[in-house]
Amino acid sequence: MWKWITTTDHKRIGILYGVTAFVFFLIGGLEALFIRLQLAKPENALVSAETFNQLFTMHGTTMVFLAIMPMSAAFFNYIIPLQIGARDVAFPRLNAFSYWVFLLGGLFLNASFLFGAAPDGGWFGYLNLTSRQYSPGINIDFWVLGLQVLGIASLAAGFNFIVTIVNMRAPGMRMMRLPVFTWMTLVTQIIVVTAFPVITVGLVFLMFDRFFGTTFYSVAAGGDLLLWQHLFWLFGHPEVYILILPAMGIVSEVLPTFSRKPLFGYAVVVYSGALIGFMGWGVWAHHMFASGLGPIADSVFGATTMMIAIPTGVKIFNWLATMWGGQIRFTAAMLFAMGFIAMFVIGGLSGVMHSSPPADLQQTDTYFVVAHIHYVLFGGAIQGLFAGIYYWFPKMTGRLLNEKLGKVHFWVMLVGMNLAFFPMHFIGLLGMPRRIYTYRAELGVADMNLVSTIGAHIIAVSLLFFIYNVWRSWRKGEVAGNDPWGGATLEWTIPSPPPEYNFTVIPEVLSRLPRWSVTQMKAIPDVPPEPIHMPGGSYWPVVAAVGIIGMASGAVAHTLWIVLASGALLVFSIFRWAFEPFEV
Amino acid sequence: MGALLATTACGGPFPQSTLHPAGDLGFEIDRLFRLIVWLAAGVFVIVEGLLIYVAIKYRARPGQPPPPRVHGHTLLEIGWTLAPAVILIIVAVPTIQTILRTDGPAPAGALEVSVIGHQWWWEYRYAESGVVTANELHLPVGRPVVLSMTSADVIHSFWAPRLGGKRDVIQGRTNRLRFTPDSVGVFLGQCAEFCGESHANMGLRVVVEDSASFAAWLVEQQRPPAPPDSLSAAAREGLEAFRRIRDPASNTCIICHAVQGVSGGLMGPNLTHVGSRSRIAGDMLPNTAEGLAQWLRDPLAVKPGSKMPNPGLTEPEIAALVAYLQSLR
Repeated sequence: MWKWITTTDHKRIGILYGVTAFVFFLIGGLEALFIRLQLAKPENALVSAETFNQLFTMHGTTMVFLAIMPMSAAFFNYIIPLQIGARDVAFPRLNAFSYWVFLLGGLFLNASFLFGAAPDGGWFGYLNLTSRQYSPGINIDFWVLGLQVLGIASLAAGFNFIVTIVNMRAPGMRMMRLPVFTWMTLVTQIIVVTAFPVITVGLVFLMFDRFFGTTFYSVAAGGDLLLWQHLFWLFGHPEVYILILPAMGIVSEVLPTFSRKPLFGYAVVVYSGALIGFMGWGVWAHHMFASGLGPIADSVFGATTMMIAIPTGVKIFNWLATMWGGQIRFTAAMLFAMGFIAMFVIGGLSGVMHSSPPADLQQTDTYFVVAHIHYVLFGGAIQGLFAGIYYWFPKMTGRLLNEKLGKVHFWVMLVGMNLAFFPMHFIGLLGMPRRIYTYRAELGVADMNLVSTIGAHIIAVSLLFFIYNVWRSWRKGEVAGNDPWGGATLEWTIPSPPPEYNFTVIPEVLSRLPRWSVTQMKAIPDVPPEPIHMPGGSYWPVVAAVGIIGMASGAVAHTLWIVLASGALLVFSIFRWAFEPFEV
Repeated sequence: MGALLATTACGGPFPQSTLHPAGDLGFEIDRLFRLIVWLAAGVFVIVEGLLIYVAIKYRARPGQPPPPRVHGHTLLEIGWTLAPAVILIIVAVPTIQTILRTDGPAPAGALEVSVIGHQWWWEYRYAESGVVTANELHLPVGRPVVLSMTSADVIHSFWAPRLGGKRDVIQGRTNRLRFTPDSVGVFLGQCAEFCGESHANMGLRVVVEDSASFAAWLVEQQRPPAPPDSLSAAAREGLEAFRRIRDPASNTCIICHAVQGVSGGLMGPNLTHVGSRSRIAGDMLPNTAEGLAQWLRDPLAVKPGSKMPNPGLTEPEIAALVAYLQSLR
């Protein structure tokens, strides 16, 4: 236990991230089931309006910030150092700090349920609904402070991974030899460190408005409510790529391995990923087409949004071309990667429909857009992450997940998600807005809502297969060996799970696919030829994280001394951290 | 998808369908949407078809030699960069044309109505006639209308799907929505931007009528209410209950509600002609004696979070108020 709390080993931190994110994923999923049960029939009274508003706010917030992002972080942590031939990340203690801030931030947000005051302003918290005037309770305080705390975790991890990928590469691992997953991680982290400051500014304004009576978002004082929308979506749209690019990276690893063919057009896939990350900055106002930006802004943002479909389409065709002419093995990981393509295409096409501002005037804020985000984030990001779990689980635990259960999981989930999310397109087109806790039978969407609810429960059933599979395989699964799949990248050259130091000697990389190349890389010895010096653990990152969450808790409780005491603890722990003799 | 589009195109059971437009804006959007749907369907079939083809054709079989190591093909990749670009241009051109056609200045002679969003009901003010009403928007068929919209509190979004797209209603800004209804009927809608606890209970309806009926409705709405001495005994009692100062004062009807010649409250809907409306409470209840009584008995039970508190009325008071409100035609 103590070893896990003080660990600075990227592999242990990766597992902590993965397990924690999965638990939050289940909590967010449970919230979704309640939402769906409430909407299973018209004018249902299972939950109150107040509870429903909390449920959908926390479902969105949880899935974005506490499930998908940290699940990606689990892979960054575990896999990136292995793929680039490093012994750890650049800043191991900062890495531990990121995890603990994320964990405590997630618990802090969810602790709001204990006070019956979970955030209820929607996951994009539009002003002025979230101002003190219209949301006087502590619900939004939890949200404003919780997101700032989680932002700290994301920013620290973002800088850490950028430095790690740029500086810690093994000799010969040139940028254009990086595995695509590592490349997409780099792009993702660059977006993180540039996008999170934007939402932080927005949140600090809101915090000052709520706590200290400033008037950044006060119309009476000359403010403009669209300021928040611009700030939020200037972060929020890049955030979508923060969520999807890691999954695209995973898919770009899984497809070649199980097609026994190198990725088709490696350079183009890398460049299009970077281009998506860059263009993601120029499209934010497409979330605001109904807010009355005027014909010029609508036309420009419509056009930039359409342009972003081009690099996305390129990726999809390159993936198809990767499989073309290969020898496809339908492992669970491969099925999820192919499921990603099949479902992400649907989300991408509905995205093109939103990119046309007049069409979007009928679709935005309806179930059509709910269908769109779920095809992108569930059909896309979540399936990509499951592909990663089935692919790298053997590397992380030394044991294979059961393939038969994995395939059942895939097919049941595929059926469930399409029953849950496809009808939502029509529910929206037939006039049902999102975020309503009740709807009238005369809208004619009751049957489709029921189908959607059934689909959501089928997804839940598919997850039971997955949980059972992990629980069983972690202890009794088939032993994996170094390389169960015949992968091309460096992580498959070392034992599963890897020793604490990862590589007995730092490998010399001669090609982009070191294990598939004709010019074989030098074999890595089984035993280290000389002693390897690894840093010991530290508890100061945990203490610093406690200080941060103490400050947020004091603020919610409106108790100044808690804020000051926690702030002092934070400063003290950073001081001790800085002067800690780390080289034990 | 095509089949569903076809079955819903004849309207009928879907009163808020975007696929069955009844105004020029709705038609413009629908036409554009259908173009994109067919293009998207084509792309969908190509990509999913390729995926299935590849999965079947190139599945691993025992004893195969390793596949050739193809790393890319520049011409192919240029091709599938250009193809989506062409499709997107096919979408972009009519998109921008539609924006410029539908989001320009209003034509001369358009009917101007101010829409004010409140938590959780809609206020309409007719510029020419000075008529003020709530939730039920009356419009003449065939005449262009411009809604100038703002909010008294949080952000709302005005959406009557069959007439056209939605537009956000934002405090401190005036947004415009322009369309011409082209068939007579009642068109349902509701708030589309999450606006707090009773967001789901912020319905609206648009009554589109021929110009004679619309003119008659305007005349009715401009008339002052019947003088007190012409009211029935029950309604007169109701008027007194309506005027009564209650404790706490926030339970007093006249503080929030206006009735021409009686009170000037602005927080709640103007009740001068409430009896002429078909629904009350943000389209939640029928405007019948039962509906009114249910609302007066406990507004919060009907509409969670309602800004109208439970005024703590006695049953005789409720009956009298119902009679009075029904007299306000």
